Amino acid sequence: MKTTADERVVLAHGGGGEMTRRLLDERVLPCLGNDLLDPLLDSALLPPVQGRLCMTTDSFVVQPLEFPGGDIGRLAVCGTVNDLAVMGARPLYLSLALVMEEGLPFKVLDRILRSIARAAEEADTPVVTGDTKVVERGRGDGLIITTAGLGEVPGGVRLEPGRIRPEDEILITGSVAEHGLAVMAARESLGLRSRLESDAAPLAGLVEAMLASGGNVKFLRDPTRGGVAGVVADLVEDTGLGVEIEEAALPVPAPVRHAAEILGLDPLEVANEGKIVVVVEQGEGDRVLEACRAHAQGRQAARIGRVVRAVPPLAEVITGIGGRRILQRPYGEALPRIC
Amino acid sequence: MKTSDPKNLVEAIIRACESVESVRLMEVCGTHTVSLFRSGVRSVLPPQVRLVSGPGCPVCVTSQGYIDAVLEMSTRPGVTICTYGDMVRVPGNRGSLESHRARGARVEVCYSIQEALRRAETHPGEEVVFAAVGFETTAPAAALAVLEADRMGLKNFTILNGHKRVMPALRALVGRDDTALDGFLLPGHVSVILGSEAYRDLVDRHGKACVVAGFEVEQLLLAVLGLVNQVAVGTPRLENVYGVAVRAGGNPQALACLDRVFEPVDAVWRAMGTIPESGLGLRGRYERFDAAKRFDLATEDDTQPPGCRCGEVIQGVAEPRDCTLFGEACTFEHPVGPCMVSSEGTCAAWYRYGGGH
Repeated sequence: MKTTADERVVLAHGGGGEMTRRLLDERVLPCLGNDLLDPLLDSALLPPVQGRLCMTTDSFVVQPLEFPGGDIGRLAVCGTVNDLAVMGARPLYLSLALVMEEGLPFKVLDRILRSIARAAEEADTPVVTGDTKVVERGRGDGLIITTAGLGEVPGGVRLEPGRIRPEDEILITGSVAEHGLAVMAARESLGLRSRLESDAAPLAGLVEAMLASGGNVKFLRDPTRGGVAGVVADLVEDTGLGVEIEEAALPVPAPVRHAAEILGLDPLEVANEGKIVVVVEQGEGDRVLEACRAHAQGRQAARIGRVVRAVPPLAEVITGIGGRRILQRPYGEALPRIC
Repeated sequence: MKTSDPKNLVEAIIRACESVESVRLMEVCGTHTVSLFRSGVRSVLPPQVRLVSGPGCPVCVTSQGYIDAVLEMSTRPGVTICTYGDMVRVPGNRGSLESHRARGARVEVCYSIQEALRRAETHPGEEVVFAAVGFETTAPAAALAVLEADRMGLKNFTILNGHKRVMPALRALVGRDDTALDGFLLPGHVSVILGSEAYRDLVDRHGKACVVAGFEVEQLLLAVLGLVNQVAVGTPRLENVYGVAVRAGGNPQALACLDRVFEPVDAVWRAMGTIPESGLGLRGRYERFDAAKRFDLATEDDTQPPGCRCGEVIQGVAEPRDCTLFGEACTFEHPVGPCMVSSEGTCAAWYRYGGGH
């Protein structure tokens, strides 16, 4: 359908009346429609599954809403299916709640809905239920998305930190820090011209390939907010063991390194949306790496460290010059330095 | 053998140290402090080399009175405080911008002063106050913003001006006995603006070894090697290993812009007292953009939080581990002083990267 430049979301679109119905029929369903969603019942009725069910929820707020390599919609789909994937689950269904701010241009909303549709298609995970609300101008940051994801964990898959032992290998499925820096660079005022793109991507296929590799994969986590540092800190806390990360082994593309340098940020602390930190049994990392590298989302996979006995349990980085430093979970959002 | 290979540089430093008993060096810039930890350089240096921090972290050198003035402004109706992220958690006498914001104050974190300017332009009903801290690195951007605000005739935009000049503070430090410095690792970013010649006095008048350097590991190691060599030979020089970015005369356009908007004024530094001509005051023509004047704010008070030794840490006379609060009552999660809050703060770097070990 045609949209003129100044058509925007108004409060009535969230009122539950005719305008809401038109928003769904004219904008949402043409993008996201499928047999399970189309009836628009109060809940989606889903067929029974065989394995254990796995459920997750997530909310998405990001400024700007659109950035190189993605947008809030792609982020919502990828973030949700990846939380399922790292549990070893096959993502099955998504829910999608859109909280729109009055005044959001339809052009932007349509682009984001199309992006959601593309990402859901890539992830092979349909949106089967949803909700739309509109909040007054000034109270919504443009668009906020909340999702839930439902997945199925095949029998025999057990990914949990309790299985981690000293000398297990730590891998990363690709280059780090692209998403967080791409979003920051997209804020015009930073004056940072770069070709950085978000790495947001659905990863269930990559996980499936790793689990099928024959390597004993013990634990997976996607290093989103808090970056690799956050995941490693979690590992140390959950296992009571130490971790050593080899900085030189970390895949950091040159534009990322330069942007991080300018902003004073540690690539290990910056968010990723298309990578996984993997813990695999000692000696079996190569098998998993090979499986990763054969997959489109894992071409640059690398072994970046190992689990060690350490008292007190500590995460350490061995730097490029052979120095050492402690790696901790960042306090909050990583922010550029002043000068 | 490639001389700029980091491992070779480390070996060269170790060799150069064989002929010296000790070398006490100050890294002036907070970004250098962090880089020295993050890159692991500190952990591979021989014990003869002592690195102490200097007054080069913008938030850390700011007086307590300034912090309290920002906090007080944030509680006034109609005011929006725009600030760099580093300032948000700095504790004042009563709370921080973070806690004030949670109680309803309008506090916007900006990546640059341009965001504050745009906010003032698009929110004419708000009184936008930018917490302008930093050295000659950030001051040119503030000067441009003031010129733009002037051109646009903006009436709801001011800066709470805490800008400082690097060289007067170094002069104040180098004249004292308790710092016992052999040399300075001089900041990269600020030197892009000032030029390397700005530090000439430190060599010619005070006989200190000086190297201007960037922030990558090779730069840091080249600088330490240069400084150790200068000390070993006993002939201090002004070296610049960051020639790719830093010229002798600096950036004339930025300096001209600074001079157009600001003039040197006396300024209070945390625990260092008033240092003559060490601040950048808005010139009379641009006085109406001065938040302290427009809102009658005093920023000079410099009462330190009880027990806090941030003031000594930024002058290189104490290390974080000398402070009884460090890591106990003062942590990254519950900071007492600014050096534990700022991403460029010395205490924060020690705490995060394990300075004690």
